[in-house]
Amino acid sequence: MADDAQASRTLSSAAAKSIWNDMDVLFREFNPVDLGVGCPNSAIPSRVRQDLIDAVDGQDYSVHQYTRGFGHPRLTKALSSLYGPLLGREQLDPALNVMVTWGASDALFTCIMGLVNPGDEVIIIEPFYDSFLSQVLLAEGVPVFVPLRPKMPKISSSADWLLDIDELEKAFTTRTKALILNTPHNPTGKVFSRTELEDIAALCRKKNVVVFSDEVYEWIVHDDLEHVRFASLPGMWERTVTLGSAGKTFSVTGWKIGWAIGPSNLLQGPKYVHQNYGYIICTPVQEALARSFERETRLLREGSSDCYFKELQTLCQKKRDQIACVLEKAGLHPIVPQGGYFILADVRDIMSKVEVGGDPTEPKDVRFVKWLVRNRKLQGIPPSAFFSDQHKSIGEDYVRFCFFKNDRTLDQAIPIILNLTSGDV
Amino acid sequence: KTKGIEKSVWVEFIQLALEVKPLNLGQGFPDFAAPENVRNALSRVCNDEQNVLLNQYTRGFGHPRLVTALSKLYSQELERPIDAMNEVLVTAGAYESLFVAIMGLVNPGDEVIIIEPFFDCYPPQVKMAGGVPVFVPLRPKKCGGVTSSADWVLDPAELSAAFSSKTKAIVVNTPNNPVGKVFSRAELEMIADLCKKHNVVAIMDEVYEWMTYTGEQHIRMANLPGIWERTVTIGSAGKTFSVTGWKIGWTIGPKNLLAGPKVVHQHSVYTCTTPVQEAVALGFEEELARRDTPECYFKSLPAE
Repeated sequence: MADDAQASRTLSSAAAKSIWNDMDVLFREFNPVDLGVGCPNSAIPSRVRQDLIDAVDGQDYSVHQYTRGFGHPRLTKALSSLYGPLLGREQLDPALNVMVTWGASDALFTCIMGLVNPGDEVIIIEPFYDSFLSQVLLAEGVPVFVPLRPKMPKISSSADWLLDIDELEKAFTTRTKALILNTPHNPTGKVFSRTELEDIAALCRKKNVVVFSDEVYEWIVHDDLEHVRFASLPGMWERTVTLGSAGKTFSVTGWKIGWAIGPSNLLQGPKYVHQNYGYIICTPVQEALARSFERETRLLREGSSDCYFKELQTLCQKKRDQIACVLEKAGLHPIVPQGGYFILADVRDIMSKVEVGGDPTEPKDVRFVKWLVRNRKLQGIPPSAFFSDQHKSIGEDYVRFCFFKNDRTLDQAIPIILNLTSGDV
Repeated sequence: KTKGIEKSVWVEFIQLALEVKPLNLGQGFPDFAAPENVRNALSRVCNDEQNVLLNQYTRGFGHPRLVTALSKLYSQELERPIDAMNEVLVTAGAYESLFVAIMGLVNPGDEVIIIEPFFDCYPPQVKMAGGVPVFVPLRPKKCGGVTSSADWVLDPAELSAAFSSKTKAIVVNTPNNPVGKVFSRAELEMIADLCKKHNVVAIMDEVYEWMTYTGEQHIRMANLPGIWERTVTIGSAGKTFSVTGWKIGWTIGPKNLLAGPKVVHQHSVYTCTTPVQEAVALGFEEELARRDTPECYFKSLPAE
């Protein structure tokens, strides 16, 4: 069979993957301390673990067979109960307003496939989670990029990544179908303020576009800041699909359950798509999550310190502060994130002190990250990979680290970071 | 993109069943318990406190322990070495395998032959990829008396005429849902010859591969000579182990045919549920160990 077997829609996405393939090869060869991939490596919360054990070990064996397509009833009901008030709705209909998917990435894919036609433009705020671009391309949509830019001359907080609202306005055309928003933001850690979101909302209303709001890090917001849910803004419910993730909510990334919440008319297209490839999601895991949500929603409403969402935020903030301190000491100026579990660090000073070498045609941060793996056995991610070609230079001064790792991993990483300029491993 | 695929027989009939509560022989899942050893496998995985990574992301194209088990099994079944890392893709059920195969291989305007009666998702999946479904029916040979699913046959001339210069793929479901037909070697060879002649990919939905009844043998298209390089074979843990709620499937095929489907998978589902993949791997390891005994679930299930 010839090499032209592959459908053309997959070709540009495949090409974009080469940076990750390079990183993967290096990772296997050098086995670095991993602050790269965005997932925890500790035991999952014990109560959540027990929820899965109870579901799987229970006497009701129907848990091993198909459940309702679009979402296990107990789970969609639990999600409706939690998100109704949070999104400013008196009541959500579990059958009409909630669709369960294989993780938030699948929720976004389904929404894009179900709402974006070939030729439709989709505004992507950069830096973006890299799948956003590939998903728009698979739907044969046209990506239009609007960057966050660091406030000059130097930044120290993720709040200093700013959107130029005029630049955003100019990005809208008569072909714009949707805008993808991510708050709290990966990789910057920015938590968009209410004012910033209202400015974006005003444009979306004026230009009549759909908004896909990726809010997977919604529970990881530090410094007593507020996570503002886009769909809760006036006039935004009817045009917004809000995406969430069990993996990020309960630190169970391997369970791969996510959801899309929105008005029933916006979910129609995504549902038709999903019923033809995903439709029914893993029953035992959905049953476990329903139980977890029932309990945690109650604890949240009681204001209990036992609520996992509170525990998660406290733990992440502690690790954030720890890593930020270390990076500062090491001369890798951290841009302290307001939310999420990633931190960007400015590599320029370090790169003036060490010879990272590498392919001069590659962006600075890519060369830095490759040097870091080879020579210091530490894994980070190059943020330029999250920018479109025309804006890669914005990202190449930084490196991204995931700090939501167990103490042992952080204890291994810290001396490496502190000895970057001196210690050859 | 979703115009024309709104209707789903499942959505409508499941809704009706909820309202009317008939005896459910409709939707294809067993209401008896999944086999104990398989349930125990998932239980062991969920109760494992040591291996914390069982609840975090695993390898996107398939959990290593599972792709290794699948490659061992299918190396035996397909009588060729199957490369676990390059020739196996784990998906969120055969449904996803079908979707990523079609989205990953079919371009707008490509024709895809679908043998009818078909599993309902094939035409909408083809249309979502911008493809054109071309239908070729199985027809019952005789009308009176006791008939067998073997009496549902393709008309060779009709099948041949369906292939054109635009044909990219053919979807074949054997054993067949809803008819129960197990395509014979001769029938599959006829399809294979046409695929070779017209440079067409065979997308083989073989989820019921273990459910053939006494005297019948399931023939795998990919076993036939000279067809491996243009065949993707789809399987299902749900149907294999009677655990339809676990939603794990796989696609086996040559590396170049899996390239497109992998891209689609990577940006949709991305990676499948880790603890369930681990449990399916354990299930396969047990069955591989007792492959030639009557206790092997692949033998005991069809007997049941």
